[in-house]
Amino acid sequence: MSYVQNTAEQQAAMLASIGVDCIEALFAPIPSELRLKRLLDIPAAMSEIELTRHMTALASRNRNASDSVCFLGGGAYDHFIPAVVDAICSRSEYYTAYTPYQAEASQGSLQAFFEFQTLICQLTGMEVANASLYEGGTSVTEAVLMAAGVTGRHGRVIVAESVHPDYRSTLKTYLANLEPKVTEVPTPEGFANPDDIRKVLDDQTSCVVLQHPNFFGCLEEVEEVAKLCHAVGALLVVSFDPISLGILKKPGDYGADIAVAEGQGLGNPLNYGGPYLGLLACREAYVRKIPGRVVGQTTDRLGRRTYALTLQTREQHIRREKATSNICTNQGLMALKAAVHLTALGPSGLRETAHLCLNKAHYAVAQIETMTDMRRRFNRPFFKEFTLQSSVPVHSLLEHARDDGYLAGLALARWYEGLEDCFSVTVTEKRTRSEIDGLARSLQSAVRHGVRAVMA
Amino acid sequence: MVPGNLRYTKTHEWALLEGDVVTVGITKFAADQLTDITYIELPSVGKKTIAGSACGNIETVKAVSDLYSPVGGEVCAVNSGLTADAAPLTADPYGTGWLFKLRVTGNAADALSGLLTPGAYQNQLESEGH
Amino acid sequence: MEKNQSTALIFELSRSGRRCARLPVSDVPDAVVTIPQRFMADAPPALPELGELDVVRHFVNLSTKNMSIDTNFYPLGSCTMKYNPKRHERLAALAGLADVHPLQDDETCQGILGLLYEMQSYLAEIAGLHGVSLQPAAGAQGELTALLVASAYFKDKGQKRTRVLIPDSAHGTNPASAAIAGFDAVQIKSQGGYVDLEDLKAKLDDRTAVFMITNPNTLGLFEKQIATITKLVHEAGGLVYLDGANMNAILGITRPGDFGADMMHYNVHKTFTGPHGAGGPGSGPIAVRDMLIPYLPSPLVVRQGDRYTLDEDRPQSIGRVRSFFGNVGILIRGYCYIRTLGPSGLREVSDQAVLNANYLLSRLKDQFEVPQGDRCMHEFVASCRTLRREKNISAMEIAKRLLDFGYHAPTVYFPLVVPEALMIEPTETENKETLDAFADTLIKIKGEDAAFLKEAPHTLSRSRPDEVKAAKEPILRWKPA
Repeated sequence: MSYVQNTAEQQAAMLASIGVDCIEALFAPIPSELRLKRLLDIPAAMSEIELTRHMTALASRNRNASDSVCFLGGGAYDHFIPAVVDAICSRSEYYTAYTPYQAEASQGSLQAFFEFQTLICQLTGMEVANASLYEGGTSVTEAVLMAAGVTGRHGRVIVAESVHPDYRSTLKTYLANLEPKVTEVPTPEGFANPDDIRKVLDDQTSCVVLQHPNFFGCLEEVEEVAKLCHAVGALLVVSFDPISLGILKKPGDYGADIAVAEGQGLGNPLNYGGPYLGLLACREAYVRKIPGRVVGQTTDRLGRRTYALTLQTREQHIRREKATSNICTNQGLMALKAAVHLTALGPSGLRETAHLCLNKAHYAVAQIETMTDMRRRFNRPFFKEFTLQSSVPVHSLLEHARDDGYLAGLALARWYEGLEDCFSVTVTEKRTRSEIDGLARSLQSAVRHGVRAVMA
Repeated sequence: MVPGNLRYTKTHEWALLEGDVVTVGITKFAADQLTDITYIELPSVGKKTIAGSACGNIETVKAVSDLYSPVGGEVCAVNSGLTADAAPLTADPYGTGWLFKLRVTGNAADALSGLLTPGAYQNQLESEGH
Repeated sequence: MEKNQSTALIFELSRSGRRCARLPVSDVPDAVVTIPQRFMADAPPALPELGELDVVRHFVNLSTKNMSIDTNFYPLGSCTMKYNPKRHERLAALAGLADVHPLQDDETCQGILGLLYEMQSYLAEIAGLHGVSLQPAAGAQGELTALLVASAYFKDKGQKRTRVLIPDSAHGTNPASAAIAGFDAVQIKSQGGYVDLEDLKAKLDDRTAVFMITNPNTLGLFEKQIATITKLVHEAGGLVYLDGANMNAILGITRPGDFGADMMHYNVHKTFTGPHGAGGPGSGPIAVRDMLIPYLPSPLVVRQGDRYTLDEDRPQSIGRVRSFFGNVGILIRGYCYIRTLGPSGLREVSDQAVLNANYLLSRLKDQFEVPQGDRCMHEFVASCRTLRREKNISAMEIAKRLLDFGYHAPTVYFPLVVPEALMIEPTETENKETLDAFADTLIKIKGEDAAFLKEAPHTLSRSRPDEVKAAKEPILRWKPA
């Protein structure tokens, strides 16, 4: 079943028009010794009924945020997605279109991307946004490459260890053969202490990268670090959480120069890690250094308001060997979802969502600290994610909670030395009081069980 | 014919030496290739350049061309009016369409010795089929 | 009917106080002030305020201003705009796939890990290579990833190789990826649409790390000398990279590993029909020969008995090229496609893609110049050079006029080696009637008046945006009046 439509008669007529006897003759340019003389060794074809049965069986072998209570975060979040998002984005005029190079045939997507760019500017308080990047990690990397271009400094890049470990790892991979070198600032107190940044910041530094709220869920001293950066002519790159901006100060208002984010929480499901949505916004002055696609407003030959891809000379397929970015596609469909999502929430919806996250996360901490001997590891203000120190082995604790139906948290041992006894918990607006109480009870029983196990 | 009082680069810049200052622009041939200029990025005053290094660019809708510094020096003036109105660049490339001025590093008299003479540049254009 | 309401921006439709999404009333006590004031915003972002009906009507009306595969023939060369099966959308949205968190323990997502493991092995088999990383988010990132793998491989072998050779007909992303991977890009000339062997020989030496080739190439030709080329590169100690953008022509017919490629990327959104989403998401997995496997990005999915796990303990790996595993949602669609087609179906894809392209070529070759001859693989490049010279009709005019007839334009002005290029790829899923109607239309347009064509399209809601104005003074967001 290959979705081919031509009948046998049609194929014969086509071959006659071409002037060959058989399809095989069309492959004559491929030398015989290079041909595969057998069928590919992959499973036999399935009908729709069989495939559906097979995929449903595979899906049933995965726990997920619909059948378990999800308190996992670490850059991917179980946020509410209004039904309008999926209804609109499943319009195949959007999802089966190509990149809008032919503007006249793509005004729908182009206007939606223009609206997306505007929404991201409104969200962040920045002046310019692109039409999206791959995801959060590569967005940090693209921002760092861009900062080098803006400042003309190809020396040092300062990154706090409280930035997502995957983002830092991605950055290091990209920079392997390029000039800039990464200096990581340790964050033993759960945030990047501005004094520690000051010590390594110099006039060869292109930028400082913070995540706010950071990987531990804690808030960073972004405003103070912005001042430090600007004093030596460096840029502040901040990776933000879009939902947090319902209540937290905007990057544009605390002095960020380039604001990037993982935009998954804006209407995109968890999808085991992708496709997600990279956001990038910056100051007007850097508009010609911004990576990736951008849509601009112009007029057509009759003077009508029209949208088109613009500033394409920055893009890598035109810059070729002078490229300073690896972005080729954007995440069009994910950007559309984010645009619909932000529109559906509006200012009140975004603020309420952020408040619910904040209040429920703080309620969760209070319950867990009341019912167990576990305590928050870092004494810092936090938003929806927090780090707990466990008195029993984290792995068995989380396993116990899983058996009770809770995806309770992320063990930090795989990323941070010294935090082997810690795990992080995220509480979104979707979690209810009874789910949070249930989690606290599950952890309580795990701790008791663990204590018994140790005593025995 | 190209002006006889200037020196040239293979990348179609021209240079004029006056005292220890070199004025830089692009040739009429290069300017004629640029339709619909959308943006000109010039080096900032004070920037130090080395001969042959990229120090700015000219963008059209479909392409971006780098500007190369014909000689090493320190940028001492830029024709900043061009960033608002690029018309002189194509209308008068050897005059009001100049791009930037450099104060030469080292011996000013020899500064242009590595560049093409008008005759050599004319030959290059012809050999490229223009 | 002009749907005026959909050309207003959502910001212009906003009225203070309107609501769409509703959140539940909080069931927990308010947090006793825990966040210092310096972190707090004075007011939430000034997003638009609309009711649910207006949100839906706005975006649904906007969607009707797009061409798409589901509404129009889309012969966009090099982009493989084939039909996107609806069952894939439904299956990828199953909660057991779409709602899985990327950091769940391996034990809790054996279904998805098994699927990804199988996908790795299918892509290795189709490539004729040995190891696969599903991590790259798009084709260009696949290129970069593979070049970083090559760089790590040579470093490990103690060889300093600094150059990547690339034919002049290549996608612009090839030299761009080489630059970001820290290599110098060196261009190799074409001769009659094929790699110029003499130029290649002259530029191959012990500085050569990788030769990047697109095969079939961007002219729609299978590189006949590919075995010689790969042998020359290997003798010089270099690696051969295959840009897999055109895999739709050779599925099950010849395999990159069998003709000497050491690494390649796939575009799952092209060959294995992930929907293009108006510019993404894509997915650009890479396949490599066995000696390069240790350098692939981490993690890979491995099987231990009947369990699947993510292997992160790979000390020679280049590291990650993105966060989390990859564009799994697109990989799931690609997996569904491969399972639906099976080995015979995949072979049929290429048979029919090549048949359709050659048929269209046979209909057009006497009407348009096709410099590279009267046979092609899955696509071909026609030139409007003569039409331009004699009637002042350019490739762009033809492209814009096609829109009036409900056809998306072919790729224009690429590859750069063909003047006034129209690059046409019909794909296997179109039928003869569609191809005939398209050919008839192209021939009709060719006879139209040049001045009339200059103002095409005439029937769409917009015509010929002013690109100079857009780039000179960029307006990239709406601002309140």
